Amino acid sequence: MERPLTGLMRGDGVALSLTEYRDGGGYSALEKALKSWSGEDVIEEVKASNLRGRGGAGFPAGLKWSFVPRTDKAPRPRYLVANADEMEPGAFKDRLLLEGNPHLLLEGMILSAYAMGAEVAYIFLRGEYVEPRRRLRRAIDEASAAGLLGRNILGTDFSLDLYLHISAGRYICGEETGLLNALEGKRATPRSKPPFPQVSGAWGKPTVVNNVETLCNVPGIVRHGAEWYRGLGLAEDSGTKLFGVSGRVRQPGAWELPMGTTLRNILEKHAGGMCDGYHLKGVLPGGGSTDFLLPEHLDMAMDYDTVGKAGSRLGTGTLIVLDDKTCPVGMVLNLERFFAQESCGWCTPCRDGLPWTRQLLEDIEDGRGSLEDLSTLEDHTAFMGPGKTVCALAPGAMEPLQSALKFYREDFEQHIREGRCPYD
Amino acid sequence: MAEFIARDRNWALDYLTDAERDEIEAEAACYPRRDSLAIEALRVVQNHRGWVSDDSVAAIADYLGMGAAQVDAVATFYNLIFREPVGKKVILLCNSVVCWMQGCERLRAHIGERLGIDYGETTGDGEYTLLPITCLGDCDHAPALMIGDDHHHDLDTKELDRILATRED
Ligand SMILES: Cc1cc2nc3c(=O)[nH]c(=O)nc-3n(C[C@H](O)[C@H](O)[C@H](O)COP(=O)(O)O)c2cc1C
Ligand code: SF4
Ligand code: FES
Repeated sequence: MERPLTGLMRGDGVALSLTEYRDGGGYSALEKALKSWSGEDVIEEVKASNLRGRGGAGFPAGLKWSFVPRTDKAPRPRYLVANADEMEPGAFKDRLLLEGNPHLLLEGMILSAYAMGAEVAYIFLRGEYVEPRRRLRRAIDEASAAGLLGRNILGTDFSLDLYLHISAGRYICGEETGLLNALEGKRATPRSKPPFPQVSGAWGKPTVVNNVETLCNVPGIVRHGAEWYRGLGLAEDSGTKLFGVSGRVRQPGAWELPMGTTLRNILEKHAGGMCDGYHLKGVLPGGGSTDFLLPEHLDMAMDYDTVGKAGSRLGTGTLIVLDDKTCPVGMVLNLERFFAQESCGWCTPCRDGLPWTRQLLEDIEDGRGSLEDLSTLEDHTAFMGPGKTVCALAPGAMEPLQSALKFYREDFEQHIREGRCPYD
Repeated sequence: MAEFIARDRNWALDYLTDAERDEIEAEAACYPRRDSLAIEALRVVQNHRGWVSDDSVAAIADYLGMGAAQVDAVATFYNLIFREPVGKKVILLCNSVVCWMQGCERLRAHIGERLGIDYGETTGDGEYTLLPITCLGDCDHAPALMIGDDHHHDLDTKELDRILATRED
């Protein structure tokens, strides 16, 4: 099986050096594109590859780049930002890419910047990722010394300045417009759209924000072509995906697998199945802000559309397993506590609705809840649903809650009936 | 609420050390505007002084040509900027969902017994401060925490004791 994202990585956990990366074919896609392709050619190839954004929303990457104005009068500089904030609960996939092969991200960024005509690039890295920071710094130094960054890259007339921004931390920094405010040194309050960042982003200039994993897919696409890339996926969606599993499974971890691998294959073959004495009760397929799936979904293909049709989202592709000995009310309470704390406070449904939601869940978990609280919780899932708030934090927060209310209703009611948590 | 006393730019230049100003200026090339350096400047000052005092906020504001309230709005927004004094080492204990399922509350209680501190508190000798943190990206090795710059995973109370003991000497 081909693993363009992780195949070159060393077994000992040490980052690939520039030499090792080049020996494995690294930066050959960049040479090919800079010497014989136009930026538009790169965009067309990525469009044809059907690469979809790995940050959670699955937006087609080539299409996003094509929105950047390219006329002579368009504002400059244009910016490319790699979103390496990775603060979604349960997500740890970008860290593996940053630590294992930082040059892959750099090559992906240089290629993407070339495609859209960006002159300046940033990596927006969460502050707690200390080891990725060290490794990225080293990789940036190596690439600069080798003429792969800075002026006249590989002797061509393409130039790119690349900087590392270390975030001071808040989940909302990962939302692309909140990220732009954080990059500008401000509070990371999201901006309302339009204008979209591709037209008016960082410092009011055209800006593209892409997830780390999205960008890491670009070198392979340029090197081997869109058709090869589409062939990697098992169903509609193309390429490979980093899938991760955490919770009470035998071998928690992350693996690069074909897009469309089944949930069962990921959980049973790669994660080794449930730990002894635990049974699968549900799974959040794409991090803390996705809807629960049930054991009956195990044979489902993990790709954007299939998971969407089942009522959830592929999200980050990092699965959180709920076992039968963990209280689903307690789990959702933990998630809503997180979302309430991380709300930036800009819009009312989110600022006031999330603490209210948390309080209701606390009451139920501690045995003070009533059946009426359940309908109030349901109301909240509507009040904070898609389109009611400035950004997607609040709708995301409602996803695990609304599905838990549906699938684990009996657990909620038992708490209320018995006036205590039956799992304690 | 913090009260910021108006002073002049010379005071700010005097307040910030050469090393602090050099480190802030080293970041200046990465951003097109001076006021975009606010987060960097807060981090630099915190690295040198452990935390960000009202005077530090005022000095950064003067130095970058911003209002103190503007800088404070930024400083108070972010998890990793400390507007109160902290111990020499900050323990960031992940309390997000996977670590919660796998026993972060046990670790919190154990830190309470061993060091006598809960969230937001500092040991009497000024060595440790305990703070909760959101998912550290170590979920496949939960529960996890950070002490200073180091991540520690797959923790139970015994492993935590071992780590704290090795850090003490
Ligand atoms: C609250 C919130 C947090 C987010 N956090 C991240 C993140 O940490 N990393 C990320 O790549 N995308 C995150 N996103 C998605 C980004 O807004 C954006 O869609 C993504 O970076 C675009 O990259 P892509 O098109 O390559 O997927 C977040 C979105 C929301 C609403
Ligand atoms: S939905 Fe929440 S996080 Fe997003 S802008 Fe509104 S208050 Fe801020
Ligand atoms: S939930 Fe604790 S590291 Fe992810």
